Amino acid sequence: MRKALAVGRKELHQIRRDRRTLVILLFVPAFFLLLYGYALNWDVRHVRLAVLDREHTLESRALVSAFVNSSYFDLVASPGSMAEIERLMDRGEVRAALVIPEGMSRDLRSGRLTQVQVIINGDNANTATTVFGYAQAIARGVSAALQLEALGVAAAPPISVDPRVWYNPELRSALFLVPGLIGFIVMLSSVISTSLSIVREKERGTWEQVRMAPISTVSYVVGKTIPYFVISFASAVLIVLAAMLLFDLPMRGSWAGLVLAVSLFIVAALGTGLLVSTLVDSQALAFLASLLISLLPTMILSGFVFPIASMPAPIQVITYIVPARYFLVVLRGIVLKGVELQAFAPQIGALVAYSVVVLGLASLRLARERG
Amino acid sequence: MRRLRFLLRKELQELRRNPRMFPVVFVAPVIQLTVLGYAATTDVKHVPIVVVDADRSPASRDLIERFDGSVYFTVQGVVSGTAGVERDLALGRTWMILSIPPEFGRDVELGRPVTVQVVADGSDSNSTTVALANATSLVAERAAELAAAARPAAARPVGALDARIRVWFNPQLSSRHFMVPGVLALLLMVITTVLGAMAIVREKELGTLEQLNVTPLRRWELTVGKLLPYGLIGVVDVLLVVSVAVFWFEIPLRGSLALLFGLSFVYLLCTLGLGLLVSTVSATQQQAMMTAVFFFMFPMIYLSGFIFPIENMPAAIQPLAYVIPLTYYLVIVRGLFLKGVGLEAFWPEALALLAWGVVVMTLATLRSRKTYR
Repeated sequence: MRKALAVGRKELHQIRRDRRTLVILLFVPAFFLLLYGYALNWDVRHVRLAVLDREHTLESRALVSAFVNSSYFDLVASPGSMAEIERLMDRGEVRAALVIPEGMSRDLRSGRLTQVQVIINGDNANTATTVFGYAQAIARGVSAALQLEALGVAAAPPISVDPRVWYNPELRSALFLVPGLIGFIVMLSSVISTSLSIVREKERGTWEQVRMAPISTVSYVVGKTIPYFVISFASAVLIVLAAMLLFDLPMRGSWAGLVLAVSLFIVAALGTGLLVSTLVDSQALAFLASLLISLLPTMILSGFVFPIASMPAPIQVITYIVPARYFLVVLRGIVLKGVELQAFAPQIGALVAYSVVVLGLASLRLARERG
Repeated sequence: MRRLRFLLRKELQELRRNPRMFPVVFVAPVIQLTVLGYAATTDVKHVPIVVVDADRSPASRDLIERFDGSVYFTVQGVVSGTAGVERDLALGRTWMILSIPPEFGRDVELGRPVTVQVVADGSDSNSTTVALANATSLVAERAAELAAAARPAAARPVGALDARIRVWFNPQLSSRHFMVPGVLALLLMVITTVLGAMAIVREKELGTLEQLNVTPLRRWELTVGKLLPYGLIGVVDVLLVVSVAVFWFEIPLRGSLALLFGLSFVYLLCTLGLGLLVSTVSATQQQAMMTAVFFFMFPMIYLSGFIFPIENMPAAIQPLAYVIPLTYYLVIVRGLFLKGVGLEAFWPEALALLAWGVVVMTLATLRSRKTYR
């Protein structure tokens, strides 16, 4: 242990001499949370809508007001023709248009299937998918309501839904994205800080000294990671505090659980970086490899932005090797839902297993290189 | 020119001596694009739902069937009591709970209004909003059917309303068609910026920069010679990832292939130049890495419109998006792939990208004087 601390002290010394790296690791993450926390938002509300109502009947008005009252659409234009809609869409002044054809009410009353047209700007498929879903649901709802009304049971439909939203009743996307950002930033800074650590010694030629040093490989690994653990942990604390102060991220669970989860996640990330460092032989390669395994996978495969349940099954399998996947479930559970840590035994177990495997592999590689 | 060729040969040799580089710069992007292209989907389908059926009647089973049968939901289980179900929601094992009250079937039969409860986990606010809307309309449809069946005589005929939704520019509304070009742009940025960032700082750290300083190479020759091999790697990467997008994901390239390559080359000028600039302002490779990741890649990923629409950002932050080359390149690749438009549609973006590349390259070359001497 004393030897491990000595290695740690040496590494810390090196970090201290490199002021810029230290500042970046410690403070820049919290600053970026601030910036991105405000910038990132994909609440699809207030979609600018144009309505071309060729009817002005009871039914058509019911449809229009269902769109406008849904809080997802803002009526901003009442064009007189399709050509005008095209112009509005091309210029990006509206993202969606509702076209009610002549004869809709007549068709409805005579029992025919009646089509209204909704046009959506699909250039951003994410937003468009959501708008698509709203439009479809609203039209189906109005259709059902009209049928009920015709049957004279409008006052009380036979079955109605009482929707309740837990944990984030106002449905603010920041509450979902900020924990994801925390995971992303912690992962990146941890992997990057250690991925160069060993390969740097090799490239500079100081590796020979390490090989000869009378210290066990495990102590060496522990010593190498401790300083970065301390830095990453301090940085994570700053980020979490910033999130709570600036974005009203609640804290419904226990701090002890949060600290443990964050620590485990950092160990997993540091271990990943260390493993990369033992596998490659130049810093450039280490840099590239660590970005490729941490940057995009943490963002896209962890459930940070894209729901894992919607991914194809084989891709879902791959998400099980992404540590952020587990961390995000635990983080959101503790912070947003107030779930106690014991409930996340499977996720914690997965993080521990992941850390053991990457650190074990890194130690094996190192032991072999040291001969 | 001969000196340039000489330097080029030296750099290529160094690359060749590092055989592990090749799988990373050529194979990894292809694998990443394939996996991430599938994963990056925002479709709100197959939402896991647990049903608490306190009734167990044909009517309740019918409603459950309706949820399970739609593409929007996947019924994970039907239980009789609420015990443990709320916990599943808290642990993220399920997204939604549908509660059917006792006597549901009898009430429906007697025509008495009855309410089912839907509890949703709101932490993923966007998916939840869509899923709730889907649940509500599924129930409303069922209600309308029941009402129609209950009083066939009284009813005057009413047709169903069908929203024919047309999506312009991306008719299949495939988020893949939107995301794959984005992932492509991001991968190119990551690989080439890293390579550029390591180009000179490595020599600095290893102390071999001195040797380059005493050669009679001109500054621009050194820059070109250093970056050209990485530029070549970048071009091969463009070829690879565009092939994956077109042949594997079958994303039609509606615009001009030549234009795609031409503008991708301009984009590589920006990313390599950015990397080189990082290289000249950093003392060690670790510093270069930190600077590149935190000050350049993070903003590029989050503020470029790659996932989060720029128009949703606060007005104070939006201008930042327009100093990022990726913002322009994204407009260009998405325009070429999705809309099949050409320069007439995005010449301002192309111009901005070109200006960006020229400025950053000049800056990096000028900065490099201080570094070399």
